[in-house]
Amino acid sequence: MEHALDIALTVNGVEVSRRVQARVHLVDFLRDELGLTGSHIGCEHGVCGACTVRVNGDIVRGCLMLAVQANGCKVETIEGLSDSGELAALQKRFHEKNALQCGFCTPGMLMAAQDLLLQNQKPTREQIREHISGNYCRCTGYQAIVDAIEETVHGKG
Amino acid sequence: MGKAELPLHAPGTQVDKGYIGQSVPRPNAARLLQGRGAFIDDLRFARLAHVAFFRSPYAHARIKNLQFAKAIKSPGVLAVFDGPTVAEYCKPWVAVLAHLKGIKSPPQHAIAVERACWQGEAVAAVVAESRSQAEDAVQLIEAEWEELPVVVDMEDSLKNKITIHPDLGDNVCFKREHDTGGVDEAFAKADVVVEETFHFGRHTGVCLEGRAILADYNAAEHSLTVYHATQAPHMMQDIFSRHLGIPEASVRVIAKDVGGSFGIKVHVYPDEMATAAISVILRRPVKFVADRLESFLSDIHAREHRVKVRLAATKAGEILAFDMDDLTAIGPYSVYPRTSGIEGNQVVNLTGGPYKHQKYRGKLNVVFTNKNVTCQYRAVGHPIAVALTEGIVDLAAQKLNMDPAEFRRKNLIPDDAYPYTFPSGLKFEKLSHLRTLDRLMELMNYKSLREEQKNLRSRKIYRGIGLAAMIEVTNPSPAFYGVGGARISAQDGATIRLEPTGMLTVMSSVTEQGQGTEAIFAQIAASAVGVSLNKTKIITGDTAVTPYGGGTWASRGAGIGGEAVLQAGRALRSNILDVASRILNFEKAELDVREDCVVNRLTGEKKIDLAELGRVAYFRPDTLPLDFQAELTVTRHYTPRQYGFTFTNGIQASLVELDPDTGFVKLLKHWCVEDSGTVINPMLADEQIRGGVVQGIGAALYEECLYSPEGQLLNGNMADYLVPMSAEMPDIVCAHVETPTKQSQLGAKGVGEAGTAGAPGAVMNAVNDALAPLGARVTAMPFTPERILKALRKV
Repeated sequence: MEHALDIALTVNGVEVSRRVQARVHLVDFLRDELGLTGSHIGCEHGVCGACTVRVNGDIVRGCLMLAVQANGCKVETIEGLSDSGELAALQKRFHEKNALQCGFCTPGMLMAAQDLLLQNQKPTREQIREHISGNYCRCTGYQAIVDAIEETVHGKG
Repeated sequence: MGKAELPLHAPGTQVDKGYIGQSVPRPNAARLLQGRGAFIDDLRFARLAHVAFFRSPYAHARIKNLQFAKAIKSPGVLAVFDGPTVAEYCKPWVAVLAHLKGIKSPPQHAIAVERACWQGEAVAAVVAESRSQAEDAVQLIEAEWEELPVVVDMEDSLKNKITIHPDLGDNVCFKREHDTGGVDEAFAKADVVVEETFHFGRHTGVCLEGRAILADYNAAEHSLTVYHATQAPHMMQDIFSRHLGIPEASVRVIAKDVGGSFGIKVHVYPDEMATAAISVILRRPVKFVADRLESFLSDIHAREHRVKVRLAATKAGEILAFDMDDLTAIGPYSVYPRTSGIEGNQVVNLTGGPYKHQKYRGKLNVVFTNKNVTCQYRAVGHPIAVALTEGIVDLAAQKLNMDPAEFRRKNLIPDDAYPYTFPSGLKFEKLSHLRTLDRLMELMNYKSLREEQKNLRSRKIYRGIGLAAMIEVTNPSPAFYGVGGARISAQDGATIRLEPTGMLTVMSSVTEQGQGTEAIFAQIAASAVGVSLNKTKIITGDTAVTPYGGGTWASRGAGIGGEAVLQAGRALRSNILDVASRILNFEKAELDVREDCVVNRLTGEKKIDLAELGRVAYFRPDTLPLDFQAELTVTRHYTPRQYGFTFTNGIQASLVELDPDTGFVKLLKHWCVEDSGTVINPMLADEQIRGGVVQGIGAALYEECLYSPEGQLLNGNMADYLVPMSAEMPDIVCAHVETPTKQSQLGAKGVGEAGTAGAPGAVMNAVNDALAPLGARVTAMPFTPERILKALRKV
């Protein structure tokens, strides 16, 4: 009864080929098949944003996309963007401002923040709050996250 | 008073606070920023089996028959278990405490035996090679049920027309009445009496990481290693040991990264106990991670109180008495081992807390219902006690036509009145209500905000300003749980080892879930020993490694665990100087440790660095005197004992703008002035407050677990259960007054729950202040647009 399909995709710059069950979510594929456990599973119904990854340049919910839909795609995760240095400035500000506590939302939050910076070089504080409003954080109350993104934008510190 | 002066050097030397009071970033945040943390679901084990639970679809039903034949044949399935089978390996528990007199609860099993008492209670477990295979098989379990009558409403429960547990006689889990005497007389002679009934919605913690456990039983050793998303590893070690019949020393509990806890992950959960038992039965590692839907059904819920409160005052504005009656519902079981009587008990203890009235009566009924269980969640009881107190205080001020800030100033316990015994019997060491109020007024520019509010009202813009003064339980002594018979440690320990390279390894029984425990312990240890912060490595969350202790709850990590680190650090510094004095042939009293070196205390001249000292002590002890042994690992413990709790105080303010057409509340700004004693890391303290405030805002405006009359949870998912998101949240301004506790040398009190304790009351008062000119008032949290429009008689 299980449908399996062959897929080939690029994950963090590495070409990957696997046979996957059709029902497997992209984030489960990344975590369970590739061992990329930095993208977290928070709700599995597309609300919390913990599983946010980048597919062909757009951020998506890893729990709302099937792995087979990523066939032929370029997928980027927190691990890849950390190693490439693309997130370095944001990570530095997040660290300095303590814009994370438990850290479970943080990979998704960083993906969302970087997406904003790529779209809009000078977002306002309100635009920052709006752009990350699809990423749930129970620990911080968001202010430090907004501060960290704002300081990255303005190159403070 | 300035910052706490910490004599971190030996007496007689120059006082140096070292890193205490500095906003240093958390060293352990780096891995989390790169997605390289280690949460339970990130761990990889050979032969790992996965559990999924078949949960009751009914709020109350007898299990007539469970058929596993189809489930067991499903691909990948290893085993299917019912309650009686798991009960052979895991003893049931009864959550009562001796000091909560009369508290009662029935035995609870890891998997329901005979009947289910709430929708979502686990009644069978499927174990498979993958979680998805286990979930597939859960769908194939065939159950035959006999529906039983349900008790959903707490007022109905109190009437006891239907008794959920007939063996217990009635539905009252716990009741208490506290009376100073003279309350009726005070009300009789009062010029002003105000009365209100407040309702507090049932809500839950919504940790972003679901509850998670990976149990790995070794049949050869009869030992169990549990990777557990928990706040209290030693408590869980004791519980796994006693309920699974494995010697305590053969149970190891490891808490790696934990994705949010807030009190949710400090309780014993039946499905987690079942997972550990299944690992024993199957003799292999077994994992359970609660998905979001089962988190809503089975993570503890909290609050759900109906409180009637009256306040008596003179026309001059002096509060004479409080009279309070709290009814709260906890689900079908008191939660093990802390019990579900504590939140209501706290409401009785804390109502009226900041004020100097002498007459008080508090009545409490804690009742069973057929909904998910409730228990201690961040700020336990405080949000209820603060909101009902501050709500009725505002009502009294309104009736007396006094400014709410001035009314509070008149009635707050004066800063020079300590030590002070409150009418509920609690003792306060030293609080600073008036100083925090003054600081708040200045910080928020209260007078000009009031002016602005008045001007905007004439333009039909409805802004509200709400205040909430508070007291909070922190650094609990054994009086909280231990005296009641719970095996929950009130003491914590720290071990510090000087490594041969001159670095420090610090092992603490307090755990880290992102609060910054490890960062502040590094600050304390580095300062106490005299080393650089970057030469300090902290290890927490492993019962096989750290000293024994309580873990993280009740705002105790900094005050209790931090004091143990400080004392261990000082002792290690002394031992280091013993070694240096032998190596250098120099009087110990003339030496000190500064910046990773042993120096001449008076001149500061460097004598020997700690790496060289370590080399000699560990690899060339033959060069030291024959009668001397270096002791470069030191352990110290600390228990607060002089007071039952080390109370803190603070005050919050909320500024909101209300849209009378839509009922929407816009949060414009929030302030919190807190006195948590010595502030070890101001940035982390502020972030604890901000995060806590936002959880309190969630309770005030958005969050509620809604149940149907049949006991079905109606909004148990993240789309329907609203949590605070960034776009709606205000900026939060924090400030501190520092009154160090004199019970410890560190002087730190707790700060983690202050935000959640005060925010709901402050927001409620702000909303009602905005509604006042429209002749409306709300008293049932959360204050949804619908409830506000109803109060305005627009719907």
